[in-house]
Amino acid sequence: MGTTFLLLSVFLACAVEAVEALTIVLAVGLTRGWRSALQGVAAGLLLLAAVVAVLGPALTVLPLKTLRLVVGGLLLTFGLQWLRKAILRASGYKDLRDEAAAYQRGVAAAREAAADKKPLVDDWYAFTLSFKGVVLEGLEVAFIALTFGANQHDIPLAAVAAVAAVLTVCAAGVAIKAPLARVPENTLKFAVAVMLTGFGTFWGAEGAGADWPGGDAFLPAVLAYVLLVAVSAVWVLKRRRAAWAS
Amino acid sequence: MGKLKAFGLFWYDFIIGDDPLVAVLVIAALAGTAGLSTHTTASWWLLPVIVTLALAATLVRAVGKKRD
Repeated sequence: MGTTFLLLSVFLACAVEAVEALTIVLAVGLTRGWRSALQGVAAGLLLLAAVVAVLGPALTVLPLKTLRLVVGGLLLTFGLQWLRKAILRASGYKDLRDEAAAYQRGVAAAREAAADKKPLVDDWYAFTLSFKGVVLEGLEVAFIALTFGANQHDIPLAAVAAVAAVLTVCAAGVAIKAPLARVPENTLKFAVAVMLTGFGTFWGAEGAGADWPGGDAFLPAVLAYVLLVAVSAVWVLKRRRAAWAS
Repeated sequence: MGKLKAFGLFWYDFIIGDDPLVAVLVIAALAGTAGLSTHTTASWWLLPVIVTLALAATLVRAVGKKRD
């Protein structure tokens, strides 16, 4: 069960982040040319690999209890941010993420920006935009894969799930040469937010010295509880919004 | 100094995000659970309760900002 949750959580989280990075790289690559855009992607991936290479071994040497306390706290902070945004989007208080619109904004900005040549890079704008897109979205991917993997004592499996998600999204993007607007990104983000908050709660409590009734078997109950709270919050906010509007 | 500040701000934004109250409540919840765990083995309930309250608080703040 733990392995299934690990694979599913990391795959979904990495897929939604990869969709956003792909939108940026496609907008830059198709508008300004692929050479500098792909150089930016390669440089971003190198930096992420270095981060994972440094943080991965560092996490595995921590005692399990300390690891779960630190990782649980970070996942909770991270997960609650995601959950807040997902609930606000689902209840209409925040605009839904629209990859097609994000792509059009990226294309418009890329068309207007001037070309600036640097050593080894023909188009500095295309390079930096791709680099930033990959690093900023990829850092979240690396963080989620590392923390989930370290907690389940299986960083390689988490890495496989992360790489599989990124490759799947890239393959789909290359196939259709357009942003993946049909991916139910907002629903996926909601699901990932519930998982991050649920796992953060479970591991954080264990790291702080609490014992869950039934041990690991209680994890689905925690996830179900977080889902129930999130869905209830959406329901309450939708009603409140409707009451204000009327 | 400017780059160091920007580096620090990036990590602050990456981890803490839009609402620092969430991070404060998470730390308080973990500390409370650790404290309660020294007295009783049934301390698991505290974190879900505070997480629920933290979510409610941050949503109220976000919705309040939208109205203003």
